[in-house]
Amino acid sequence: MSGGLYSMEGKDFDKNLDLKAIKPYGDTMNDGKVQLSFTLPVEKGDEAIEAAKQLIKAMGLDNPQVVFYEELTPGFTFFNCYGSCKHTVDYTSIHVPKVESNVMDMHETDEYIREHIGRKLVIVGASTGTDAHTVGIDAIMNMKGYAGHYGLERYDMIEAYNLGSQVPNEEFIAKGIELNADALIVSQTVTQKDVHIKNLTELVEMMEAEGLRDKMILVCGGARITHELAKELGYDAGFGMNTYADNVASFIAEEFVRRNNK
Amino acid sequence: MNSKLGLDSAKIAKARALAASIAKNVQDFADGYTTVAVERTICRLLGIDGIDANGVPLPNVVVDELKAQGLLNEGVIYYMGAAVAATGLTPNQIAESIADGKFEISKVHPISPEESEKALQPFITASIEHIRARRARREEYLRTIGEGPKPYLYVIVATGNIYEDVVQAEAAARQGADIIAVIRTTGQSLLDYVPYGATTEGFGGTFATQENFRIMRAALDKVGEEVGRYIRLCNYCSGLCMPEIAVMGALEGLDVMLNDALYGILFRDINMQRTLIDQYFSRVINGFAGVIINTGEDNYLTTADAVEAAHTVLASDIINEQLALLAGLPEEQMGLGHAFEMDPMLENGFLYELAQAQMIREIFPKAPLKYMPPTKFMTGNIFRGHIQDALFNIIGIWTNQGLQLLGMPTEAIHTPFMSDRFLSIENAKYIFNNMKNIGDEVEFKEGGIIRERAHKVLNDATDLLERMNEEGLFSALEKGIFGDVKRPRNGGKGLDGVVAKGKNYSNPFINLMKGVK
Repeated sequence: MSGGLYSMEGKDFDKNLDLKAIKPYGDTMNDGKVQLSFTLPVEKGDEAIEAAKQLIKAMGLDNPQVVFYEELTPGFTFFNCYGSCKHTVDYTSIHVPKVESNVMDMHETDEYIREHIGRKLVIVGASTGTDAHTVGIDAIMNMKGYAGHYGLERYDMIEAYNLGSQVPNEEFIAKGIELNADALIVSQTVTQKDVHIKNLTELVEMMEAEGLRDKMILVCGGARITHELAKELGYDAGFGMNTYADNVASFIAEEFVRRNNK
Repeated sequence: MNSKLGLDSAKIAKARALAASIAKNVQDFADGYTTVAVERTICRLLGIDGIDANGVPLPNVVVDELKAQGLLNEGVIYYMGAAVAATGLTPNQIAESIADGKFEISKVHPISPEESEKALQPFITASIEHIRARRARREEYLRTIGEGPKPYLYVIVATGNIYEDVVQAEAAARQGADIIAVIRTTGQSLLDYVPYGATTEGFGGTFATQENFRIMRAALDKVGEEVGRYIRLCNYCSGLCMPEIAVMGALEGLDVMLNDALYGILFRDINMQRTLIDQYFSRVINGFAGVIINTGEDNYLTTADAVEAAHTVLASDIINEQLALLAGLPEEQMGLGHAFEMDPMLENGFLYELAQAQMIREIFPKAPLKYMPPTKFMTGNIFRGHIQDALFNIIGIWTNQGLQLLGMPTEAIHTPFMSDRFLSIENAKYIFNNMKNIGDEVEFKEGGIIRERAHKVLNDATDLLERMNEEGLFSALEKGIFGDVKRPRNGGKGLDGVVAKGKNYSNPFINLMKGVK
């Protein structure tokens, strides 16, 4: 099925990197190699393979190869495939909004708060709505933290309250007021049918209705959250995959200083 | 049994005795109370089912009415028996009349508890016989078409739509799955009622309803006959409707049920008094129905560190075993939970995991242990994730686990695709076959890393049980001993559904079911 150990394919394309027109890299610049797997709702056979190949071409991949296929259950066939991408992207013209803060570690952030704010910041966090997962909020808040990054509870200059999971937005806001929070942080793990968007939007709207939106820094996080999405929804920042308590704490500290120096 | 780890059997016996004492204290407390969920369960066992004009389940109609009138302490049996004796109607007809506002159960002329039970006898017998027949049906299937070898391959379906779940479940059974768990929709554990009918909308899972149970059971029976292997069905009786869902499962022939109060307390913030009372009745039911229960200790390791907190898993397993025994649930139905959750970057982590899995196996020799795959350190790197799952599978076959919850390479990304399940089942079948007898062949070096690790975990667990026995389970939970999660005794959800039993209270199902086959 495959090309064997050595690829005998001709490589008659420009092998120089052009950042104005980048494409995937397999083992040669600009070979465009893409690996993909998917299931088609048809029984296995030559027609299924042909359908997979046509689909790969329609996705913009040349030289489609089906290297493995298996019928998962009658009427559903799984494919592992390769192809060469025709499209390119102009890398030089890309602009991605990012959280504008320096990422400091725990000691640096504590020091920064001591020096610039002079009191502890109160941060209240929860996994809100029906979301029962605490893994995200725990990774950011728990003493132990995650992957070697200490959580907010361990910071000397942060008073952290983790309300846990399935906290209704009303209750979350009420607790924020009661504790005189400087920042609220929301974790959303379940994202099926965009339930997280509805829930995050509701929180912003409720805070605006109560006239609280400008009084507290509002941050959200979760595996499917991006800073861009967070800004769109009316949050001050969003933290996705591969961000830790360090990122969240530095941002809140710097944002607090920014706001209060205006 | 000859311990491959050189575990001290006197130490294990001591740990069990401590756990038995902890469990007994909990049971002594639970015996004095009933809950809205327990009473709704009794309603269902009296044949009350269906919903009123507003969609409220009839068991809720009856129990809410008794509660509103301040009569719940005497229990459903006392009032429903009197109502049946007075009217000649069935309990379900009475429930419908209450829903229509045509019958006031508080006005019924009281009779003695014995007379009440007598009036309800035909309905009590009918449900007992129904559950017995369900159990016999499973046993007949196991005798005729048989089952897959252990560890059973356990996979989840979670589309939100019961009909789509059926497609996924059939595919998984054909690929080799032995147990299909239908994940519940987010938040169902906090509902104080069980939704009614077939459902097609859920978030991250599908509503547990009696009709959905029926639909999936029928589909699995059919595909089981096709593949020549009985396919077990798993659902979740944890949360505020714990015993109600247990009885619905018993009536519809479910085989495996998550059933763990400690899990609900810690991870769903359900009130500890409420759920421990509910748990007792649900375990009595599960025991009678021949259902394997699963406990949720694996979850401790998602919030606490898997190396540091390993002993809390063992301690909790022993307590759960003792609580289950008090409910008459035999060891052969105890799917005690543990997990493969250490950081994959840990040096010799595999050895520690192996030590712990073997230790749990030796301490609970008859239990169909529930072994959970890595979840906390699954990152979205599906390729490494598939290897983490492979290491987990190696330990599963090596230490003869009972229920192997297959990890998915796409854990932490989405609920499984049909192809994810295929890859995971292929992974497990390959390893289970290729390494089938490794556990019989390999012994562990005296004084080596594996034996020492197991000894340490057992020692730490025994010390912990000693402390817990001094202060009791409730107070230990308040201090955050499990999963680093602290829960107040009077906090959480569902405490308002607890009432002390009155002098006329009775629940005849306990005697009919507890420890009975």
